[in-house]
Amino acid sequence: MIEEKFDAIVIGAGMSGNAAAYTMASHGLKVLQLERGEYPGSKNVQGAIMYANMLEKIIPDFRDDAPLERHLVEQRLWVMDETSHTGIHYRSDDFNEAKPNRYTIIRAQFDKWFSRKVREAGATVLCETTVTELVRDAKDRVVGVRTDRAGGAIFADVVVLAEGVSGLLGTRAGLREMPKPQTVALAVKEMHFLPEEVIEQRFGLKGDEGCVIEAVGTTSRGMAGLGFLYTNKESISLGIGCLVSDFAVMMESPYVLLDALKNHPSIRPLIAGSEVKEYAAHLIPEGGYKAIPQLFGDGWVVVGDAAQLNNAVHREGSNLAMTSGRIAAEAIVKLKSRNGPMTKRNLALYKAMLDKSFVVKDLRKYKDMPALLHTNSCNFFTTYPRLMSQAAQNFMRVDGTPKIEKEKATTAAFIKARSRWGLVSDAVRLAFAWR
Amino acid sequence: MTIAVTKSRVEDKLFQNRYLVDPGRPHIKVRPHERPSANLLALTHVCPAKCYELNDKGQVEITPDGCMECGTCRILCETSGEIEWDYPRGGFGVLFKFG
Repeated sequence: MIEEKFDAIVIGAGMSGNAAAYTMASHGLKVLQLERGEYPGSKNVQGAIMYANMLEKIIPDFRDDAPLERHLVEQRLWVMDETSHTGIHYRSDDFNEAKPNRYTIIRAQFDKWFSRKVREAGATVLCETTVTELVRDAKDRVVGVRTDRAGGAIFADVVVLAEGVSGLLGTRAGLREMPKPQTVALAVKEMHFLPEEVIEQRFGLKGDEGCVIEAVGTTSRGMAGLGFLYTNKESISLGIGCLVSDFAVMMESPYVLLDALKNHPSIRPLIAGSEVKEYAAHLIPEGGYKAIPQLFGDGWVVVGDAAQLNNAVHREGSNLAMTSGRIAAEAIVKLKSRNGPMTKRNLALYKAMLDKSFVVKDLRKYKDMPALLHTNSCNFFTTYPRLMSQAAQNFMRVDGTPKIEKEKATTAAFIKARSRWGLVSDAVRLAFAWR
Repeated sequence: MTIAVTKSRVEDKLFQNRYLVDPGRPHIKVRPHERPSANLLALTHVCPAKCYELNDKGQVEITPDGCMECGTCRILCETSGEIEWDYPRGGFGVLFKFG
């Protein structure tokens, strides 16, 4: 089908694949990008928040024409029980800056835009093409790919695996292990459409300002999980995700959790009257630093979700994906410029560069957090949320009980639920995992 | 009763989505079995598109038409060999409008 040999083949047109393809093509490399979807973005799912700084490093003037929804001026972190939420809200007019820091985006639209930039930079982008196999030579080096289109193998000096979280090709080829049920979360999401002015009224927004709610609590039914609500221009992305291992043990259904979240008294009024236009599901890497696989080998590198690069604590994924794609591409460009072969030894440059970036530094900082949240997760996701709600209600309800007795009751409730030792131990473990 | 209500709700959700089904080429297959393992059985609840269902012999069957290609079943059941998972052919399967 394709006789010519490429400098690089990029598998996948998500955030990391587009970043890699764009960076290599704009440095003059001959790049082929393969995407199995009908159009770039048609298989991609994200909340979605996009961080400007990491995209600026790839396309500095992206604000001129990228399809951005709202820039965030307010973040609400909620702890929920069945009838309440206790929250920390941060809103600042400082976020109304000339070049805002965070935007909500709709992936199918954003990815089409990003892909257009990739093509303009000179890469060949082939959609509706599923890569079925990596081609290896006698010395086991990756030298190309086979696809489900007619024709034989397509060859390249290096293959960039930007194939997404489940990583079918790389795991099947034995380049890395399949993610474990306890290192990935399953998230489901609905797109709720509402008139622009209704969204602005409900969240106190003007113009392109946006608001984000992220919530832990009894909504995840004791599983390690997170609910989220993101405001887009004319829609609200509402979803919830929990660890796959927890889902499997608890035999819970994600759509039941989503419907319960939609009916929560704190959420229901925010989406009232909306029209749902899509229901999506996706896996999110949650294993953190310890789940990062081998990132390079003879003739290949792996980037983005396929490399499990996701910061679960800060809920950052697409920026790590973009950055790893860019850095892998820069390493390949550097090798190419000095005519270095794409050997495992040379491609170690990618990992060396990634280790110096925020991507690996951030993941290393939280390396113990996944284990903490995954053991006895019901304490963090059920027991404490309930206790917090009781404490707040006890503090606010005025009923003639002397304040000293109220405080004693709150303290007693915490000790009864977790014991003194349990409270201290949870606090110490959290502090250590955070540092 | 509750099961029926839940099922119709999932179907309502999936009805919003766009798919291009590849007729006669299901991209996921369940291996024939006598009794499903705990993970395979869990899929009848955990699959977000409710593609997995129990038949009257207590075996798990799949209809992947509403599959959103999340990969959860692959993570839970491919290693044990209970399911075979491939991507749909290029262009087929779920086509997210928003994603």
